[in-house]
Amino acid sequence: MKKVLVTLLCMFPALAIAAGASAPLDKANNDLTDKASLRSGAETFMNNCLGCHSLKYQRYNRMFADLGIDEKEGVATLMYTGEKPGDHITNTMPAAEAAAWFGAAPPDLTLVARARKGGADWIYTYLRGFYVDPERPFGVNNVVFKDVGMPHVFQNLQGVQELTDEAKAMLQKPAKEQRALSTDDLVLVQEGTMTPAEYDKMIRDLANFLEYTGEPGKVERKRLGYWVMGFLVILFILSYLLKKEYWRDVH
Amino acid sequence: MFENFMAWIDKRLPVTEAWNKHVGQYPAPKNFNFWYFFGSLAMLVLVNQIVTGIWLTMNYEPSGDGAFASVEYIMRDVDYGWLLRYMHSTGASAFFIVVYLHMFRGLMYGSYQKPRELLWIFGMLIFLVLMAEAFMGYLLPWGNMSYWGAQVIISLFGAIPVIGDDLTTWIRGDYVISGATLNRFFALHVIALPLVLVVLVFLHILALHEVGSNNPEGTDIKKPKGSIPESEQSPFKYHESYTKKYDIVDAVPFHPYYSVKDIMGVVGFLLLFCWVMFFAPEGGGYFLEAPNFEPANALKTPEHIVPVWYFGPFYTILRVIPDKLLGMLGMFAAIGMLFALPWFDRGTVRSIRYRSKWHLLNLTQFAICFVILGILGTMPASDLANLIGRIATLGYFGFFIALWFYSKNEDTKPVPERMS
Amino acid sequence: MSNAPVNNGRRRFLTVATSVVGGAGVVGAAVPFIASWNPSAKAKAAGAPVEVNISKIATGQLVRTNYRGKPIYIVRRSQDVIDALGGHEDQLNDPQSNEAQQPAYAQNQYRSIKPEYLVAEGVCTHLGCAPTYRKGDFAEQVEGVDYGFFCPCHGSKFDMAGRVFSGVPAPLNLVVPEHSFLDDNTLIIGVGKGDA
Repeated sequence: MKKVLVTLLCMFPALAIAAGASAPLDKANNDLTDKASLRSGAETFMNNCLGCHSLKYQRYNRMFADLGIDEKEGVATLMYTGEKPGDHITNTMPAAEAAAWFGAAPPDLTLVARARKGGADWIYTYLRGFYVDPERPFGVNNVVFKDVGMPHVFQNLQGVQELTDEAKAMLQKPAKEQRALSTDDLVLVQEGTMTPAEYDKMIRDLANFLEYTGEPGKVERKRLGYWVMGFLVILFILSYLLKKEYWRDVH
Repeated sequence: MFENFMAWIDKRLPVTEAWNKHVGQYPAPKNFNFWYFFGSLAMLVLVNQIVTGIWLTMNYEPSGDGAFASVEYIMRDVDYGWLLRYMHSTGASAFFIVVYLHMFRGLMYGSYQKPRELLWIFGMLIFLVLMAEAFMGYLLPWGNMSYWGAQVIISLFGAIPVIGDDLTTWIRGDYVISGATLNRFFALHVIALPLVLVVLVFLHILALHEVGSNNPEGTDIKKPKGSIPESEQSPFKYHESYTKKYDIVDAVPFHPYYSVKDIMGVVGFLLLFCWVMFFAPEGGGYFLEAPNFEPANALKTPEHIVPVWYFGPFYTILRVIPDKLLGMLGMFAAIGMLFALPWFDRGTVRSIRYRSKWHLLNLTQFAICFVILGILGTMPASDLANLIGRIATLGYFGFFIALWFYSKNEDTKPVPERMS
Repeated sequence: MSNAPVNNGRRRFLTVATSVVGGAGVVGAAVPFIASWNPSAKAKAAGAPVEVNISKIATGQLVRTNYRGKPIYIVRRSQDVIDALGGHEDQLNDPQSNEAQQPAYAQNQYRSIKPEYLVAEGVCTHLGCAPTYRKGDFAEQVEGVDYGFFCPCHGSKFDMAGRVFSGVPAPLNLVVPEHSFLDDNTLIIGVGKGDA
């Protein structure tokens, strides 16, 4: 019986592998309490992403308040489409035409950090994981999002990446012998206007910002959580003593 | 003042009488252990679900166009809406954890055996309604996993011969899952099933208090009247409806002894519950699944459609049986076997402590198979998973069959008359 | 069963302490439920201050806008109307605007910041109907007063500063909301004078 059990339990890791190990992600090491980073991420988003991707559940004024941006300044520097501060962050890209241009309408990104396993790490890896692939309509592919329909919008900043020869060879093998790609399989073949460190920082800030929009109350949630846990510990001690006091009658 | 008020009430409604009979002078075995917390905890979670559920409906919009956005509205725009929502979503998973442990307690100590068969049946009905309640509630956020999970489960009914296809269309109220499905699930989730649940819980407790609580020893604390000398009887005062017919031994009044103990249990549970709710409300992707943060999309299937973890065991049984109709029957049979458990077990000794080694082994393998089935239910299907799942399914059903055979003439240990 | 005497003091203390701390917990747990009934961010966004361009309002004209779901009347009063405000004060309930129906900066004879512009909620203080603006024919209601507001529901009457006449069902003057001027052409409703 025990043998059967041990065998059964040993099979679970095998199962996980059979299920297709997901691509290894780079750690973003982002910090939701770093407001400067969040502001920089918000700027990057508004300048580069909002044209195609909305944040339609996030309100401008909530973002200003949470990121420590003065509302007047925010309206002047981060709002381009004449909305009111209380409005949601939307764009005017027509979904049907966008679907025709890109094959699928660019998704709303408010919750992308929660909808993708890995959250901010996924975004961080994804936006640093584009490589040249002439077979794709926009000429690029991605290590964590195979056959992605999005062009590499930051290519002039990051530069051009290619797969290493080893990775290229690996992809020629039969499907069973392939492994998931990671950013380690990429080499920079043409420099962009940013150094790799500058580019990584920009993407880290952007990933940080998108983790924020996924759950604007996350920092507050944890803050409140510590108070509640502290309270419950005190109450638990009291209720334990009370129980013991009464049960002296019985034991 | 208060006494006069209570006297006035008691003449018109037997409040004090009911309190004494069911709480203040209710004889509860004095040896309840850790496993006996989960009844009161299930009650706590039920109240939590009802209250937070009522508050969520105040801002939720049951429509295909508005549901997903209204959940984000609650999470962002409503003051403390995020907390109410997390209390409800974490509560759903907590409910099943607590109920599964509560049921396992019943298995270990034979709490389903005569004379508690009806009590067990009410409990099983609660479990069944709870699963329906959870399934319908899971559609309401209208995320992509909500949508496809419901799609898969409703399609099951298509396996029924002749009427299957018409039946699935009727359940959906459309040719696919749509706003019509969402609205009827909303109605059932927020009012119809909770009403049934509350009634069943009431009956469950009423039946419990009629036969009295079992305990880890599986002994009776109510002995025939006159069989126990006064000095050996429990020294506390019990309600005359118990003492008239029985001599009570090895018991304590529920209040204050178990009320203070249950309060401690509640606070201990809340420590765990709040830790998950405040620091990991996604429950590692099992309580709130990543694909559910994308709105329902009939054209985009999530990578792996798996039901929420608490349906895992039954879903795996369905999946590993290589025939659609048989699979569905197997899944329902798995629940049906539990209903019939009091009659599969032909033994008279209740507690695992005094039953045979075979029973201990059988129950252990059952618990392990159940957990394995649950884990597999959250994983994508593969040949290996199907193989393990089939072995575990055999273990699951084997438990009941084996029990029926060996329990008739089981090699049990003598059960002590009294608790030491 | 131990026969040790029950330590009543300790038991009472722990019962009270647990009850008090537990009770505080219940009160704390009630906070999110109560707070969730406050206006949400959506309601607040919809109730945000409203800017009105007043450069195109002709003398004597009334324009309506909406602030927090209530109709707001903006009237550009002529000099004649402003001059006439003092003439019928003996017929008013509250000619000095002593009741707090307006911000302090509008507690004056014309109940506004600039005498030219009246800003008032178009909500009768009787039962909430919308009074109609009577331009020139108000004398039918009050002899000798040509301009005013008349509530068609129960006949309440207000003058051109929104002050209620005596002997009608409405008890109070029309409410003047918080408002201020961003510049000569822009009025903002919801932000008081000096708050911006």
